[in-house]
Order: sequence, then structure tokens, then C-alpha cells
Amino acid sequence: MVSFTPTEEQQLLLDTIRRYAVNDVRAAAHDADESGQIPPELTRTGWQIGLVPSAIPEELGGFGEMSALTGVLAAEELAFGDLAVALQVMSPALFAYPVSLYGTAEQRENLLPAFLEEQFFPATAALLEPGIGFDPFDLQTVASASNGSVCLNGSKAYVPLAEDARLMLVYARNAESGDVDAYIVEKGAAGVQIEKRELMMGLRALPTYRVHFVNVEIEAAARLGGAAGSDFNALLNRSQVALAAMAVGVARASFEYARDYAKQRVQFGKPIAQNQSIAFMLAEMAIEIDAVRLLAWEAAWKLDRGEDATREAYLAKQYADKMVLQVADNGLQILGGYGFIREYPVERWLRNGRGFPTFTGMAMV
Amino acid sequence: MAISFEIPEFVQQMAQMAGFMAQTYMRPHARRLDENEHERPKEFVEAMWPILRDQQKATLDKLTAPPANGGDKGGEPKKKRPGTRNLQLMLMIEQLAWGDAGVYLCLPSAGLGGFAIEAVGTTEQKLRLLTRFAEGDQPVWGAMAITEPGAGSDNSSIATTAVFDEEHNQWVINGEKIFITSGKLALEESNGLVIVWATVNKAAGRAGIKPFVVEAGTPGVSIGKVEIKHGIRASDTVSIVFNDARIPADNILGSPEVQASSEDKGFKGAMATFDASRPIVAASALGVGRAALEFVKEKLAENGVEIPYTLPYHKLTAVQRDVLEMEAQWKAAYLLTLRSIAMLDEGLHNSLEASMAKVKAAKACAWIAQKAVEMLGMMGYSREWLVEKWMRDSKIAEIYEGTNQINTLIVARRILDYSRRELA
Repeated sequence: MVSFTPTEEQQLLLDTIRRYAVNDVRAAAHDADESGQIPPELTRTGWQIGLVPSAIPEELGGFGEMSALTGVLAAEELAFGDLAVALQVMSPALFAYPVSLYGTAEQRENLLPAFLEEQFFPATAALLEPGIGFDPFDLQTVASASNGSVCLNGSKAYVPLAEDARLMLVYARNAESGDVDAYIVEKGAAGVQIEKRELMMGLRALPTYRVHFVNVEIEAAARLGGAAGSDFNALLNRSQVALAAMAVGVARASFEYARDYAKQRVQFGKPIAQNQSIAFMLAEMAIEIDAVRLLAWEAAWKLDRGEDATREAYLAKQYADKMVLQVADNGLQILGGYGFIREYPVERWLRNGRGFPTFTGMAMV
Repeated sequence: MAISFEIPEFVQQMAQMAGFMAQTYMRPHARRLDENEHERPKEFVEAMWPILRDQQKATLDKLTAPPANGGDKGGEPKKKRPGTRNLQLMLMIEQLAWGDAGVYLCLPSAGLGGFAIEAVGTTEQKLRLLTRFAEGDQPVWGAMAITEPGAGSDNSSIATTAVFDEEHNQWVINGEKIFITSGKLALEESNGLVIVWATVNKAAGRAGIKPFVVEAGTPGVSIGKVEIKHGIRASDTVSIVFNDARIPADNILGSPEVQASSEDKGFKGAMATFDASRPIVAASALGVGRAALEFVKEKLAENGVEIPYTLPYHKLTAVQRDVLEMEAQWKAAYLLTLRSIAMLDEGLHNSLEASMAKVKAAKACAWIAQKAVEMLGMMGYSREWLVEKWMRDSKIAEIYEGTNQINTLIVARRILDYSRRELA
């Protein structure tokens, strides 16, 4: 039966995240962006909402509730607070979710319990590569077999939390099969060179790094899923859907702020929202935000049913990339001169929103 | 509830059935009916009448059946589970509009008039007025008359009057209505009816506007102009002139309380009709959009162009980008429409979502059809193929049931929590 109402459990979760996003995240977002640091207690509070632990399989002590649909609902709400904080808090999912989905019994038992701790457990994944022509299906990072182990070579970009991450999932082209595989790399592995933090237009609060792999030798058993491997296409779909939902969150932040501002800001004796030129912009923004939210929901719903959601995820993400830029730009425009001032959050949302076409692989549901 | 996009099996089958009807009774005649503007879609009407008639009968039977048999009559109202009635309608219309958007408007049924009767009519009125759409061998049409030469989007300035003649216990209607879909079919070519919105008290503004039922054969009612149009040419669009047209006292729609109300309940009834009809207009736009999109993809495939769903944006050709954009726009419009429909079936207030869906679907699908003409070059512009017709047909969805501008205004008022006065 067609319905657009989340379950009661999802609604409770959303209420919790919304309180966190509005009370905690929003209060800290400006300073975090300016200083480039997310306060550790903010990350901890976000972590303790328990999104990642609840997705860990039951037999390992989690709740086994890995739902892409719940994931997109949560992702929108977190990103509504702040995108950098959302990506940081959810960064461990980049590792934990693929392992939950495709890990061998041994990989799951060894690696996943750490994500059930109350303390934030920094983990990440490395997909993006430096350069202007990134294609996730044409990776330059290569995994080649050598003497019963695997050797990784190549460079990755925008790897969230790389310096602190205790575990990293590295996506590389399997030299033998040509497919994209994921490899588990632990902190301190020889040959992993982490550069200085990336300097980006947005996401200034999120520590991301360029990482080089120079003859990094790992056990053959470190291949995600062992001999069976993993389904990279499905993982990419989960990432696209997560990012689309986060784009909705960023866009909604800008929309709501601009809407409230336009109702307060008086010019020519009336609130500027009473001009159709402004009101229509806001109406268009609302429609486009809802449109992309539904695209993300539908793709997530298909993922949860175990169906191929490649087309849905792709279209949702492509649409989201354009939508968030347009909405965040309009949000800034409605604030006029104030929109350009960093004291107000709308310019940050435009900078953060602009990044979505390049954030491939930086979020996961 | 839980978020779900699952269309029940039996609804899917019904939609497939509509698709079959479209394929069989609409597409083969689409070009001919477009070129011969006022010819009636005989094949389609004959095929659809028995189906729609029986559906209408089933709906009416429910009104009179005791509640134990699933009827609405008597007793405490049951707690209703969400139905699928509007969902069925949406998917059916989408399929039929894929067949031909002009021909679909000739569906022999109560149509928009039926929406109004459902929305504000009493049980007695529903039975008395809708039975004609539930029986017989001859098709019957219903229509809705709101627009006037001086009252388009501003339908509160309606000038058609209804005056009560106590001596004869009749309403006397005077005025002119324009742009009435299936008006001629309803009044001259079948034993149908038209819902006419008229004012009983001009000074009262909106509060004075009430819906009246004018039946075929009423003296003083005549068809004025038969419009010739840009698109949806197979659809019958006429003006109706009321010259001391007399109708029975109980042909004012709604309970006596609603009728006597000095508030604008009658007008709100018209608006409630829009909450149900705007998603349907959106659905019809989706049908035309899908026709154009499918056709373009088919022609591109014949020419060796494939549409990838895994390539990064910078590796796509301009044509692939266009098609992907068309697909994303269509899907977004579909989902917004589906949401407004699901809310309607759940009994939730959906004015905002209905207007959002209508704006988005109409705009996206008009754009898709225009893009299709452009992408197919000289063949897109040629009347040899149907693409140019779809572009002309698609335009109407941005206009009727409230222009996109009016619907955008409604969305804006809702999201800003502004009254009509605050945001004009």
C-alpha cells in the first residue's frame, strides 16, 4: 500500500535527531566551520543517538536494523543541522555498513563490535581519487595479488577522518578481475601516507585528507567479503541515496531560514515574503525539495526490498546535486546582503551544497 | 503506517488494463482525431462506457448497502482503512493520457461534475444525480462550469447569477460560462449534467457562490461557442449560455445547511473538488510526458544511443544528459503526484500537496514534450509522428484546474502561512 508516513519508531528517531540538529548542531555549526574543528562532545552526542550501532547485526549485539529508508530519514535530519557534522558522525558507517552487508563471518565478528561502544569509533572509507575526471567504476587505485597477500597502490582524496580512523575501507580496482573491490586497512599499515588536511570551499569543519597507498601489503583475507567479495554497485547506490537525502537536509535548512527571514524582513512597509517574486521563489524551493526527498525515499525503499535501485539512486543523486545548489543559492539571494555575510548560515549552506556532485562515497545508508 | 511505494497488485492490473485500452482504442486514432478536430472518439467511448458505468454503479450500490456489506448507510461510521480509489484513478488516467490526452477527456462519466457531487452532494443528490452514469447503453457525460469571460483564475468574481423563485420553487440561472470540458457532450449529446457555479448574492463575494446542477434538456440553456484549440483537440470545449434557465430547488448542491450558509462553504466545496482533481490533471500530464519520453528513448535506441545510469556526469553526452534530466523530472513529478493521491486516499488534507503535484507535473511534462520535439529534429516537428501533438497536448495541464501561477500562489500561501489578503 502506498504511504508516505514514517513508522512510529522512525518518527521517534527523527524527533531525537531533530532535537540534536536544532539544539546542539546548529549552535555549534558556525564556530566549527570557522575554526575547522567539530567539538568532540558534539560528535559524541550525535554518535550516542545510536544510528550506527542499531544497524549492526543482532548476533553481534546490535539491533540489526539496517534500513536504507531509516537511513535517509536520519541523513536528511542530520544534514539539516550541519553537513560537516552529519558526515563526521556518520563516517563510521562508511566502514561498518559495507562490512555488515558483505563481510565474512570472521570480518564481522572481528571488526563490528567496536562500533557498539559508547565512545565514537572513528572509521572511514576511501573512494574518491584526486584529479578532475573521477569515475567510481574506473578507479586508478589498484589491488594486485602478490605472494598470497594483496598489494594496494594509488591515491585517494577527501577521505573523512583519515588521520584518526582506526579502520579504513579502501576501494580499488582488482587487477585480476577488473572489478571494484573493497579492502580493509587498519590504522598504521605500512605504506599508507596521510597528507595534510584538504582545504575545501565548504565542509570546513570536517577533517578530510588525501591518502596515498604505496605498496601497502595486506592479507588476502582483508578483501571485503573474502572470496565472495562485495557488490560495489549496490554500495555505490547506498552512498548516492545517502547523499541525496543529505542534500535535501541542506536545502531544507536554507529554505526554512530564508522563509522565516522573508516573513520578518520589512521593506516598503511589508514583509518581503508578501511579494510574489519572493513567495514564488520559496514555493519553487519547497516543491523541488519535496521532489528530491521522494526520489531518495523511493530509491531507499527499493534498496530495503533487495531490488536493484541503480536507476533510482542515480536519478535521485543527479537531481539532488542540481536542486541543492539552486535552493541554497535562492536562500542566499532572499537574504540579500545579509546572505553574503558569514555571520548568517545561508552562505555556508551554499558552499556545503555545492560539493554534492563531488562527495561520491562520503556517506552511506 | 510505513513509507511504501508498493502499488497493490490489483491496482497494477487495473492500470495495465487501462494501458491496453489506450493502446487499442486511443493511439490508433490519435492523429485522425487531432486533425479532424470535432470528430468524436467513437471507438474509445464505446469501449469505455460499459466499464465506467459499472464502476459508477458499484460506487452507488455502496451508498445504499447496509454497513455490514461494506456500505455507508446508517449506523456509526466505520473507521476506514485507506482505500485505493484515487490511486486507481491516477494510474488509469496516466495510462489513458499516454494514449491520447484529448481523447481521455472524452471519458463517458460524471467527470469533474462527479467530483463536485461527491465532494458536497447529499446522499439523496448522489443517488438522484449519479444514477444516469450507472445505467443504460448510451454513454452519459458530466461537466463542470466555473470559468467565465471575466472570471478565470479569479473565480470569486463569478457573475452568473442564481435567483430563487419561491412561487415555482425553482432556481433561475443567468449568465455565460466558458471553457467547459465535455459541455456539449453532457448537455446536447447525452442525458448528462453540468455543475454550474453561480452567485446567489454578489455582495457576499465568495460566500454567495454556490454549485447548481443543470441537467440536459433544461430550457434556457444553450451551447455557445465550440472552441478550436492548440492541443487536446479531441476534447469537447464549449461555452454555455444560461438565459432564465430554471432548475428544481433541490438542484443546489449540498445540504440545506451548506446552502444557507453565509460562510463560503459552497466555494470551499469547489476548492475541495480541486484537491481531488489537481492530482488527476497531474496524472494526465504524466501520461503525455511518458509518451514523449518513451518515444524519444525508443528512437535514440534505434540510432544506437543508450542511456547509462552509472556514468559520472562529466562522461555523459549532451543527449544522454537531456534524457536523464527528462527521466528524473518525470519521476519527481510522478512521486509528488503519488503523494498527493495517497493522502487523498488516506483522508488527509492535501491542498498543498495537490498544488505542488500539479505545478510540478504540468511543468515537467510540458518541458519533456518540448524537449522531445527538439531532440527529434525535423521528425519531431513533423505531423507524421505524434511528438508535436504531445507537445501541444501537454501545454493544457499548465493551464486548466488552476494555472501553474495560481497553484504556485497556493503553495506559497501554504508554506508561508499567509491568507489570501496577505499574499495576493
